[in-house]
Amino acid sequence: MTGITYGDAMKIPGDHIQITTDTWTEPFWQAAKAERLTACQCGACGHFRMPPTAFCPNCQSQKVNWPALPGTGTVFSFAICNKSPFPDVPDFVYVPVVVDLDGAPGARLVSNLVGMPAEDVVIGMKVRVDWNDIRDGWKLPIFRKA
Amino acid sequence: MVWVNQDKCAIAGIGATDYYIRGQSFPRTINEMVGEAILKACEDAGISVKQIDGFAYYSGAQMGYGDKADTASLMEMLGIEEVGFTAALTSGGGGAAGAVGLAAAAIQNEDARYVVTVMALQQYRQRLGTVFGASAPSPENSFLQPSGLVGPGHLMSVLARRHMHLYGTRREAFAEVVISQRLNAMNRPQAVRKTELTLDEYFASPMLADPLCRLDFCLETDGAVAWITTSTERARDLRQKPVLIHAAAHGGSRNWGRAFAWMGMPDPDFGSSGHKPIGDRLWQLSGLQPSDIDVALIYDHFSAMVVMQLEDYGFCAKGEGGPFVESGAIRFNGGSLPVNPHGGQLSEAYIIGATHTREAVEQLRESAINQVKDAEFALVTGGPASLPVSGCILRRDS
Repeated sequence: MTGITYGDAMKIPGDHIQITTDTWTEPFWQAAKAERLTACQCGACGHFRMPPTAFCPNCQSQKVNWPALPGTGTVFSFAICNKSPFPDVPDFVYVPVVVDLDGAPGARLVSNLVGMPAEDVVIGMKVRVDWNDIRDGWKLPIFRKA
Repeated sequence: MVWVNQDKCAIAGIGATDYYIRGQSFPRTINEMVGEAILKACEDAGISVKQIDGFAYYSGAQMGYGDKADTASLMEMLGIEEVGFTAALTSGGGGAAGAVGLAAAAIQNEDARYVVTVMALQQYRQRLGTVFGASAPSPENSFLQPSGLVGPGHLMSVLARRHMHLYGTRREAFAEVVISQRLNAMNRPQAVRKTELTLDEYFASPMLADPLCRLDFCLETDGAVAWITTSTERARDLRQKPVLIHAAAHGGSRNWGRAFAWMGMPDPDFGSSGHKPIGDRLWQLSGLQPSDIDVALIYDHFSAMVVMQLEDYGFCAKGEGGPFVESGAIRFNGGSLPVNPHGGQLSEAYIIGATHTREAVEQLRESAINQVKDAEFALVTGGPASLPVSGCILRRDS
């Protein structure tokens, strides 16, 4: 779109990524640890919500399901960055991406797209989940071109 | 229905410190800069600081991100004897233009007579541009921060790309916002960036978060701005010509919500500024329409968000913000809607929206450096950001 050649989109170094969890988000991350992509679904009305929260915004129920999703999705939008977010890591190219998740209408993940030239990423592209090992034994869902 | 408090309150005085490039205000303290801005606002209005009896902040009374104003400390420092109102709009810079509505509420409820609104920013410890990456992620933010979207501009680049995808918006439109505001800043002594900028120079600016380049990002500056709101009746007895609060609104819809800190917005809210509900309310509260606005102070933390706000306030149709700005419509010289004649946050200084209110006041007193002729109505907007977003229409006193 901007005519700039960036080269391959890289993973963000996992040893620099931390997450924290709470009662409502922990099941998502426990599933991720087992490389299973899920999203928070209301156990009463079926509405999906991400990030997971304590009430369904559609029906206010607190019942939740954690269905196994196909692990595929569609690029809704993205950015291309080529400065390192960390002072102790040299610059590298990475692509923050917003993904519409298949099997979970309305639920999105904000993640990274890796393993292809950044300048070739387009909105509407199909992607498949992969996993980035991050700190404290957790795994972060990232995406590759499907 | 026209707002019940229309024109009943007014900005009576405004004051500001110098504007500094990020970090260069050190060793001044942030409370010192807040105090200077408030004292100058009182001097401008022709009141004693001891007459202040209310505080109406925005951004949760944060001064920038990391510092916080505390009414009790300010009272102690400045010798303010008693307050009847001290409150803040929640969240961040989204409320910048709505704080006058909070001040008007204090006055119309007779809780206070002279209400100060103040914002200050000092960035010698933490740069605002990378503020998100520096904090340990909360459980909520753990769904955002690991993506490497390290600052607000990175987050908004994702919105800008969606807008480009849906409507064919070009980088030339973002460039026009930047270049037109730079032209406006060139004759301003206090502006931080005031050298003329060409389209070639814009395109040579390094990408920070493609599709946004460094010049699409606002300045990182230090400083403080404060203003005094009182009843229009009292203001007319003070030193300056009052600037009337014609309409004010803050809030927004869940489809925007936490916005780029969430990324769950459906179309068309995703590629928007979140300001459409505010625009709709302002036109209703004021009885005006977009063509009645003489000068617009549009929150310009990132150039692309100016384009989207112009759509959401109805200055052009949704999706046509790009062609609208590329037509020259927002130029101070010759445009149909002069936008940010002070150079805005992209070229003059960034004090989280407060410089826009300052410029609106100067325009409506007819004392601005780049004065829009016969300006009667000024629109001021708060930042497209997590709710609330906000806007106000200020009016020249007759």
